[in-house]
Amino acid sequence: MAKNKEKAGRVAMPEQPPEVRKRNFDEVPLGYTVAMAQEEAARCIQCKKPGCVTGCPVQVDIPGFIRMVTEGDFTGAIRYIWSQNALPAVCGRVCPQEIQCEGECVLGKKGEPIAIGNLERFCADYEREHGTGALPPQAQSTGKRIAVVGSGPSGLTVAGDLIRKGHDVTVMEAFHKPGGVLAYGIPEFRLPKAIVAQEVNFLERQGVKLECNMVVGRTVTLDELFEQGYDAIYLSVGAGLPRFMNIPGENLIGILSANEYLTRANLMKAYKFPDVDTPIPKGKNVIVLGAGNVAMDSARTAMRLGAETVRIVYRRSREEMPARAAEIHHAEEEGIELFLLSNPVRYLGDDKGRLTGMECLKMELGEPDDSGRRRPVPVKGSEFTLDADLVVVAVGSGANPLLTQSTPDLGLNQWGYILADPQTGKTTKKGVWAGGDIVTGAATVILAMGAGRSAADDIHKYLEWGW
Amino acid sequence: MFTIVKREEMAQGTVILNEIEAPLIARKAQPGQFVILKANEEGERIPLTMAETDAAKGTITIIYMVVGKSTAVFRDLQVGDAYQDVIGPLGKPTHVEKVGKVLCVGGGTGVAVLHPITRAFKEAGNDVTCIIGARSKDLLILEDKMKAASNDLRVCTDDGSYGHHGFVTDVVKAVLDKEKVDQAVAIGPVPMMKAVCAITKQYDVPTLVSLNPIMIDGTGMCGGCRVTVGDKTKFACVDGPEFDGHQVNFDELQTRLRAYMEEEKACYDSHCRLVGA
Ligand SMILES: Cc1cc2nc3c(=O)[nH]c(=O)nc-3n(C[C@H](O)[C@H](O)[C@H](O)COP(=O)(O)OP(=O)(O)OC[C@H]3O[C@@H](n4cnc5c(N)ncnc54)[C@H](O)[C@@H]3O)c2cc1C
Ligand SMILES: Cc1cc2nc3c(=O)[nH]c(=O)nc-3n(C[C@H](O)[C@H](O)[C@H](O)COP(=O)(O)OP(=O)(O)OC[C@H]3O[C@@H](n4cnc5c(N)ncnc54)[C@H](O)[C@@H]3O)c2cc1C
Ligand code: SF4
Ligand code: SF4
Ligand code: FES
Repeated sequence: MAKNKEKAGRVAMPEQPPEVRKRNFDEVPLGYTVAMAQEEAARCIQCKKPGCVTGCPVQVDIPGFIRMVTEGDFTGAIRYIWSQNALPAVCGRVCPQEIQCEGECVLGKKGEPIAIGNLERFCADYEREHGTGALPPQAQSTGKRIAVVGSGPSGLTVAGDLIRKGHDVTVMEAFHKPGGVLAYGIPEFRLPKAIVAQEVNFLERQGVKLECNMVVGRTVTLDELFEQGYDAIYLSVGAGLPRFMNIPGENLIGILSANEYLTRANLMKAYKFPDVDTPIPKGKNVIVLGAGNVAMDSARTAMRLGAETVRIVYRRSREEMPARAAEIHHAEEEGIELFLLSNPVRYLGDDKGRLTGMECLKMELGEPDDSGRRRPVPVKGSEFTLDADLVVVAVGSGANPLLTQSTPDLGLNQWGYILADPQTGKTTKKGVWAGGDIVTGAATVILAMGAGRSAADDIHKYLEWGW
Repeated sequence: MFTIVKREEMAQGTVILNEIEAPLIARKAQPGQFVILKANEEGERIPLTMAETDAAKGTITIIYMVVGKSTAVFRDLQVGDAYQDVIGPLGKPTHVEKVGKVLCVGGGTGVAVLHPITRAFKEAGNDVTCIIGARSKDLLILEDKMKAASNDLRVCTDDGSYGHHGFVTDVVKAVLDKEKVDQAVAIGPVPMMKAVCAITKQYDVPTLVSLNPIMIDGTGMCGGCRVTVGDKTKFACVDGPEFDGHQVNFDELQTRLRAYMEEEKACYDSHCRLVGA
């Protein structure tokens, strides 16, 4: 999964060189020029039965928009993409294309697949820079009010869809800034915050109301929202509960969840400290536990904050690393080391309660487990220690019970995720829908958006026809 | 916007009171809960307990000690100015019931946090004795309010400038030697809470403490506020901030509060240079 050879034919997107970018927070890939985009688009053979479309979770008509790019109709292309995907500037940058659209592109069988993500990004960026900013058509006002709880990709999609159908939409967000993971999790160098802000502003211009600093469940409950006259509620609160390893020494100073580390860096802009007031620990020798996108983002952030060494410790092998291929490749180019088949056993600290290192154990792959992946088993007597003054724990996240505890009539599964109909997003509570990570567990931006779109359709149906 | 409608200075300007317009929060807040405030775009998210709330007026009151950059920025805000963000109510409310005799112990700005809890215990029909302390008479806060909120108020100062000369712990011991107490509450600097808990443990008096670890979101999503209680890791912002003091690992809490000491100092010093303080 981690190979990323740019085979002949594909137009590579220019990037900041690794030696430069590893110390700054500017975006890494620089974008296509018009000529590059058209050259890449021209490679698409316009399949009659396009595999790429079946690979995309929301079935963007890929050959359709690519044809418009070859014809130079970039405005048409972006409008066409919008009909299936509300946030193409985001998806073009962060979708795991190699296992979705690009993974099914017929050209990938013999050579390099079409760079679909890059083209999608190009169209969205072109519109942002050169577009008219014209708002999409809006249905006549219905007078129905919808509360969307959580302003990540899922909630933003629902807000956009329902405002265009003529409803009155208010998005409530616990943090002081909207965007969900797009704002607090994914770093600036991968997804510039100006893009997220512009997407939110686009919704506000269409009439979506945004209320930040609203911890639903605390500041207001779902039943109170109904009492205030809301007709329907969509819950998209994400999977924001950090998991720790539960090994000795975990509360030493210098051990942070990825949520904390990335929130400090992205939402609070702590990389600008002391120009902003929120500090962030600057590790000299940093270890990141885990191998998903969150781990890559943490490792690359640590490098940009000036670390001498950044190591990723992961108990399985390279094949199982869940991060996007492009991010693993970028991380390695930036000098981040991978310690694969290694499992942390305990943290080591000094007499001041500060972290000094970590003891690990070598693993080998045994029989396949429930997930079909070969289970890592410890190798006896293989303990080794790594120096570290900062460890970022990125081993997954769970469902935050804050909202669901205050809503006892909301059905949950055994892990605390909200039960919702997979087709419609309906929950067990009347008038309440849910989607995104709080239903599926931590997944992807495009799946969260897809869930939002189906729920928006169903909410619309409900508002017109009843439950 | 969260506009300041009243501002007072206490303890020679080291402690500030702000009454802030926050109608949604005022409507829901209960004793023991806190808010997170952010002064401006570059600001840090700072947790502070609500010392008072007025649902009818739609305001909350915070009382804080100026200890670093962010609280220094807060100090500069005047009546009519506004905090950019106020989030809450956060944390679990204090579990208040009629138990009989309650002993409330507060030190420093902890007294501000203790006040609404003390009042709630008294309103629930308990016989409440209060012991509050400060380094010296000038630094003592809320004496009148605490007197009104309790049946019996004792005051201590470290330097003997007022009330009992010595630490609150001396008086705690004296009270426990004389009477049977059903419930204690201790809120103040970590060493004070630790010392009070060591004593109440000897007398087998259940003791509630309110913990103040470093926080970011206050909603359970970062884990930065983790504390060890009875050998289990808890998130103070959602599982607390109040815990059974006999189970809390105070040494770990004290250590973790120093996590950003160097950064905080650098930030504060540069702020002081800028404002010429
Ligand atoms: C660091 C990181 C990197 C990632 N990289 C990628 C990637 O490259 N590609 C990809 O496809 N996916 C990636 N993901 C996953 C992707 O971001 C998520 O799957 C997606 O954001 C889920 O969207 P959501 O709308 O369900 O929730 P979220 O984006 O999590 O948004 C939920 C929002 O709800 C708010 N909220 C929570 N509780 C409440 C409450 N009680 N009241 C009000 N608001 C509340 C939260 O503050 C948050 O803003 C990454 C995730 C992380 C953390
Ligand atoms: C739930 C909760 C309720 C609180 N209620 C009150 C209150 O009602 N009144 C009040 O005066 N204070 C209260 N605090 C403490 C207050 O949040 C801190 O004093 C404040 O964050 C310091 O910020 P600063 O930038 O001014 O100082 P910093 O520069 O961040 O720190 C200065 C000094 O304070 C210590 N410190 C840093 N963060 C905290 C913290 N969260 N708690 C305690 N010490 C800290 C540092 O170790 C340092 O020595 C509460 C804290 C919590 C978690
Ligand atoms: S939304 Fe994602 S998967 Fe679908 S076409 Fe765009 S980049 Fe590919
Ligand atoms: S599969 Fe590849 S070549 Fe075929 S239409 Fe899709 S992008 Fe074009
Ligand atoms: S402050 Fe983030 S979990 Fe408590």
